[in-house]
Amino acid sequence: MATAQQTAGPYWHMIDFPEWADTTRFGAEGARIALTGIIRDGEGAPVTDAMVEIWHADPEGRYDAAFQGFGRCRTDAEGRFRFTTLKPGPVPGRGNALQAPHVLIAIFARGLMRHLLTRLYFAGEPLNETDPLLALVPPARRPTLIARETAPGVWTLDIRLQGEGETVFLDV
Amino acid sequence: MSDPTPYARHAPGSQPPYDAPAYGSTHRRHPKQPLIRAPHTLTETTSPRLTPDRFPPEADMSRVNGKDALGQRIIVAGRVLDEAGRPVPHAMVEVWQANAAGRYHHPGDTHDAPLDPNFLGRARVFTDAEGWYRYTTIQPGAYPWRNHHNAWRPVHIHYSLFGAGFAQRMITQMYFPGDPLLPLDPIFNAVPDEAARNRLIAAFDLDLTVPEWALGYRFDIVLRGPAATPFEEEDHA
Repeated sequence: MATAQQTAGPYWHMIDFPEWADTTRFGAEGARIALTGIIRDGEGAPVTDAMVEIWHADPEGRYDAAFQGFGRCRTDAEGRFRFTTLKPGPVPGRGNALQAPHVLIAIFARGLMRHLLTRLYFAGEPLNETDPLLALVPPARRPTLIARETAPGVWTLDIRLQGEGETVFLDV
Repeated sequence: MSDPTPYARHAPGSQPPYDAPAYGSTHRRHPKQPLIRAPHTLTETTSPRLTPDRFPPEADMSRVNGKDALGQRIIVAGRVLDEAGRPVPHAMVEVWQANAAGRYHHPGDTHDAPLDPNFLGRARVFTDAEGWYRYTTIQPGAYPWRNHHNAWRPVHIHYSLFGAGFAQRMITQMYFPGDPLLPLDPIFNAVPDEAARNRLIAAFDLDLTVPEWALGYRFDIVLRGPAATPFEEEDHA
């Protein structure tokens, strides 16, 4: 039996290192993108004390390459996270499926007994239509996983923990 | 390409629910829609390479610039294993905690207890080839937290762990044996299974003590292991 998880609590910032929000800091080739969004709670209030982590493949869809692909970022006073990274490529799925480019997002915070997991997809990717995970999500809720390019190279996905427009979270 | 081996699903009762009514901060933060059960792909079965050259270890919280922190010096050590009993080698373990007076070195902590200039309260260590980790610190203090009238958190140290796959990623808390606050704590007691709860309590370990210098506590951590069969996991996908 795996060890029980416990909340990260309000003081997790003791392991916050702002430079971790840039996955390219150890060196990476390719155009930088920003991943950003605001996290809100069940009343629509910004979640200002969350720890957000991302994990994704490199632009060729590889997880075993030199690219770090991992970032950690705090939400600010407006509930906003912002990462600098590279846009991932398509990744092999189970069987012979091909997954659309995506980013795994983990959210830890006070009030979350364990982290929430979700994925960020990129609007306009043809593979979104056949992605095996998106296919498991009721169509009406799929937009909660799909980031929009709100400025050149800036992909925005707001996250709602609870209530209207609640983000699809994953049982991984 | 062959499919990666999925991780086993968590045993019932072993993990706290998102909706834990006695812990007030969960009320507006837990999802109300059902979670989507995700098959394990490379995204879930791989993990970032977190290596000491890029993430320098710091295994001694008990002093800052050569000056000793106040409090009972302790050594905490243990093994990180998976559910199959295999050691998890080279895993990055981050820990953070309050000082001996029950105050965090954090601007958000306004508890009326003294800060200790010689205690920052965070460390980063890596497991060895056999899954062992070890760090030195001081025993933290309990602190009040306003969840309910006269609420006090039991003494604890926060842990953050990365395994070989992101599905093993976890954050937890280590508690101390005999703490009278444990039966009163909504966070500890949010874990439904009593045995699972009690495994969050470290054991005093005389073998880890250093005579004339520090007490020792043992705390082992189990990360998710491989599913018994790949098919079992995908039945519901």
